[in-house]
Amino acid sequence: MAPANVYLDHAATTPVDPRVLAAMLPYFSETYGNPSSVHAYGQRAEAALESAREQVSRVLGCRPAEVIFTASGSESDNLALRGAAFAERERRGADTILVSAVEHPAVLKTARQLQQQFGFRLVVLPVDACGLVSPADLAEHLSPQVAVVSILYANNEIGTIHPIAMLAAQCRDLGVVFHTDAVQAASQLPVDVGELGVDLLAMGAHKFYGPKGVGALYVRNGIGLLPWLTGGGQEQGRRPGTHNVPLAVGLAEALALTAAERQSRNAHQQRLRDRIISAVEQTVDGARLTGHPSERLPNHASFVFPDVDGNALLAALDARGFACSSGSACKSGTPEPSETLLALGLPRRLALGSLRVTVGKDTDPQAVERFLDILPPVVAALRRPAAGGK
Amino acid sequence: MTSRRRIAVAMSGGVDSSVAAALLRDAGEDAFGLMLRLSGEDAGPANRCCAPADVAAARQVAGQLDFPFYVVDAREAFEQSVISPFLSGYAQGLTPNPCIECNRSIRWGVLLEHALAFGATHLATGHYARVEHLDGGHILRTGLDARKDQSYVLHVLTQSHLAHAIFPLGELTKEQVRAHARDPRLPVADRHESQDLCFVDGDYRAFLAARGVAPNPGPILGLEGEHLGQHSGLAHYTLGQRQGLGIASRQALYVVEKDRARNALIVGRREQVGRQRFDLAHVNWIAGAPPAPTFEAHAQVRYHAVRLRARVECRADARAAVELEATQPDVAPGQSAVFFAGDICLGGGIIQP
Repeated sequence: MAPANVYLDHAATTPVDPRVLAAMLPYFSETYGNPSSVHAYGQRAEAALESAREQVSRVLGCRPAEVIFTASGSESDNLALRGAAFAERERRGADTILVSAVEHPAVLKTARQLQQQFGFRLVVLPVDACGLVSPADLAEHLSPQVAVVSILYANNEIGTIHPIAMLAAQCRDLGVVFHTDAVQAASQLPVDVGELGVDLLAMGAHKFYGPKGVGALYVRNGIGLLPWLTGGGQEQGRRPGTHNVPLAVGLAEALALTAAERQSRNAHQQRLRDRIISAVEQTVDGARLTGHPSERLPNHASFVFPDVDGNALLAALDARGFACSSGSACKSGTPEPSETLLALGLPRRLALGSLRVTVGKDTDPQAVERFLDILPPVVAALRRPAAGGK
Repeated sequence: MTSRRRIAVAMSGGVDSSVAAALLRDAGEDAFGLMLRLSGEDAGPANRCCAPADVAAARQVAGQLDFPFYVVDAREAFEQSVISPFLSGYAQGLTPNPCIECNRSIRWGVLLEHALAFGATHLATGHYARVEHLDGGHILRTGLDARKDQSYVLHVLTQSHLAHAIFPLGELTKEQVRAHARDPRLPVADRHESQDLCFVDGDYRAFLAARGVAPNPGPILGLEGEHLGQHSGLAHYTLGQRQGLGIASRQALYVVEKDRARNALIVGRREQVGRQRFDLAHVNWIAGAPPAPTFEAHAQVRYHAVRLRARVECRADARAAVELEATQPDVAPGQSAVFFAGDICLGGGIIQP
């Protein structure tokens, strides 16, 4: 049989921490009430839900009422962007949306839909070669006409971290709503919304050892948000639908553990990340780190290799027992370079050969060494003949 | 299982490769599936060999068999090594066999390279052929079921290819494979079997037109030069063809020759059709060398053709001269002639005009 697989794709998702699972389990079949019900069943469920909300608010440094539970990070991003755009247009006629060129599709496609179907103006802010929006570019496009600005906290593909506090302050000075997609960042970076100075912040539990299917959105008190699901009055009417108590409990427990263990997890992950980056740069011909060399997620190493089909590389690594990802993952085998990598100014030839290696809190250093042994020969075996040859 | 071999199974979503995969799995082999993506939707009529439905079918089979499955993009290599030589051969009025080049450069080129890069020690395909690994070398034998034998298209393999080759269907009959295909894990029994010209969906004239190979009509001439009609393009005819000439004649007429210099299709009576002697180029000998500079063997001049006795004289530069025991009506330039000694496939080459 093949050797046990090594999971190096923690930016895609993480396993549910057993402590999180244990916290969730009572709320499926024991304490199963609907928090909106009057009776004792409902009251117990409501107590669990509100205690989860409070747990989240403690990590975020906000009031419990500023936390909305959703069904995913993507849903949180959708609600933030769409909800704020419409509310601001209605409130003060602002009709422009500013987003970075390296947003997750949950933001970018929502923004494009608002532009194409709902008459908003969209400005996509360019990024530099590291994937950063420049404060000067943001300042240039900021005006009272801007309804909402969305800039992601840390990039999923290249790991680059934006200086959110600085960018958010620029927006606050003009009274413009600022949203950050912290789905990738929340597993490792501080998410104190007071320090970040953001109005909206999205996260999804499965990126930090919580369950899939649950997200949260921080909404600063006083920020208007037009709901995009209509129904009951749950979550102050902003996100109707019967509460998923066990998943909310799971998100809260996972976030609390992440905050409590942040330093030790990050120290472990950053050691492995730095080892991976220096080894790959030395042993793989032509390898180039993508994203920022230092301002990057502690668990995140990403590269491009010239003249290598990134999909074939992922498949070859998986066949050899290592689960990684790329910017252009596609199971059908039709390679399209990622928009993010192209936005960095990388040529197609490089952007097609991308590899993302993201370690986790429990990643075994010896497994990383085995990975680093196998990567160079696999890349060499898959390298296409130089483009000049045909 | 004593060896630590790891097998990449070439999968197409079709019956044969799925059964091959299941047989390996059931034998306890460490296996994974590989599929090549050979053409894109933008390149003319959709490819019916590796369409998304086929990818889904192959993926499903791999899922049922519980082994990993990967798709590798080989469109560029396929276009370069198979389609474009096929198109230029056709434009010259030849009858090229793209499956042979595909086996050489794609299946046993790109696919084998990927299999090895993926950590496999062997590559298995659903071909009806057998390989025997001996200390002195690797021997390619015909599939046990003569009706399904596919060693013809494998004659381009070399010792280094065969060292990695596994053909799980080689010992089986078509009926046995059909019986295996009823395995509930394999939702493929009612699917088409892989066929020639996988990259052409239905009408190959439409495919050629879409790829800019315009038909070039010209005269149909008798052996004395008499004008008998009009052909729609030399590439649309094969030597020995009788049907579809569109000539009213008292006696049956057959395509005798394609005169590419005059763009004329030459027709004649049955006994005037065919060739007994012809030359080969791009000859491959599976053992690395021919059995002797001059030798006798059985020759097959087209896929599924009857084998005839032949005398083969090897020349320099991978060329050879062939003399058949009798004239054959369908010795078509561009097709391959392949030689056998009993059930051993010796190799072969491309028939020259």
